[in-house]
Amino acid sequence: MEIIGIIIVAILVNNVVFSQFLGICPFLGVSKKLDTAIGMSAAVTFVLTLATLVSFLIQKGILEPFGLEYLQTITFILVIASLVQMVEIIIKKISPPLYQALGVFLPLITTNCVILGVAILVIQKDYNLLESIIYAISTAIGYAMALIIFSSIREQLTLTKIPKAMQGVPIALITAGILAMAFMGFSGIDQVFK
Amino acid sequence: MSNNLKVLINGLVKENPIFVLLLGMCPTLATTSSALNGMSMGLATMFVLVCSNIVISLIKNLIPDKVRIPAFIVVIATFVTLVQMMMNAYVPALADSLGIFIPLIVVNCIVLGRAEAFASKNGVFSSFFDGVGIGLGFTGALTLLGAIRELLGTGKIFSMTIFPENFGALLFVLAPGAFIALGYMIAIFNKLQKKTN
Repeated sequence: MEIIGIIIVAILVNNVVFSQFLGICPFLGVSKKLDTAIGMSAAVTFVLTLATLVSFLIQKGILEPFGLEYLQTITFILVIASLVQMVEIIIKKISPPLYQALGVFLPLITTNCVILGVAILVIQKDYNLLESIIYAISTAIGYAMALIIFSSIREQLTLTKIPKAMQGVPIALITAGILAMAFMGFSGIDQVFK
Repeated sequence: MSNNLKVLINGLVKENPIFVLLLGMCPTLATTSSALNGMSMGLATMFVLVCSNIVISLIKNLIPDKVRIPAFIVVIATFVTLVQMMMNAYVPALADSLGIFIPLIVVNCIVLGRAEAFASKNGVFSSFFDGVGIGLGFTGALTLLGAIRELLGTGKIFSMTIFPENFGALLFVLAPGAFIALGYMIAIFNKLQKKTN
């Protein structure tokens, strides 16, 4: 039951984009077309799960036993940066089609604050390994959902007549605001699972 | 000196990180629920930006070109950790309300962006002024956005009452208000900039 609660909260109630404000830069950057939004979502899901697993193990296995918690930020960002590089090299070698689909998004992911954010959040929330992984996957699903909904709307927006000063990012932000309002409707739903 | 001044003003208006470059959106949206929160986030980022700009422009000739990005990240992460520890020690309440966004300064595109685009190519003094200019532009934008949201949401600015709280639209303090307020602010900035050109 608790696990279901974590999933619902991470996807709907505390949606990573609309209520936690993580990963806004790529959210605005790659959401102009549906295809790129799907590619980015897939890349984020993959890297987020892997990065959370690795950083969790490093925190519990190295940093905490040796009392080095203050090195958390430095260690995590370096681990994530090198992990992304490694994933890029491995995918390029073993699956060129997958690399074609995800390749361009991988370098962008290092500076996506969702990855570092979730890695730090699972430590702060004191989740165990299973909960951490589930939280990471659900967050990624929430991110993908937000990105896909948003890019579909933005494709429609290009056909609409918008005042000049509002074109581009301003109207995208206001659209995101209205979507965030819709997502606020889910708040409280998590009480059912407690 | 006039050149340094130009660098400083450039960061404030022409290359304003929020309204023009559209960098660092996550802390901008997340920490501006009040003017004070916005300003403290801006100042924390500015501290990291100025220090990392100085250090990177000093060591730029020692770093091999191939590993420069990881090296920059380590420098930035060091200063972020410093800020994090200082805030936890001296202003724990503020550190709590900014929460996870203090460690996330590390992945703020502005800091790495300036290191790569400016500090790695220029001297110490102009890098310092670039850090101050961009930092002030960021802090100003965050404070302004925070003040507007706080005013519309609760009728206060910096906790000083401007109009009674029950006339405020609470929405602006919550998540959707952040997106909507920033969207309109960028639109107004676009309009004004076109007029001056």
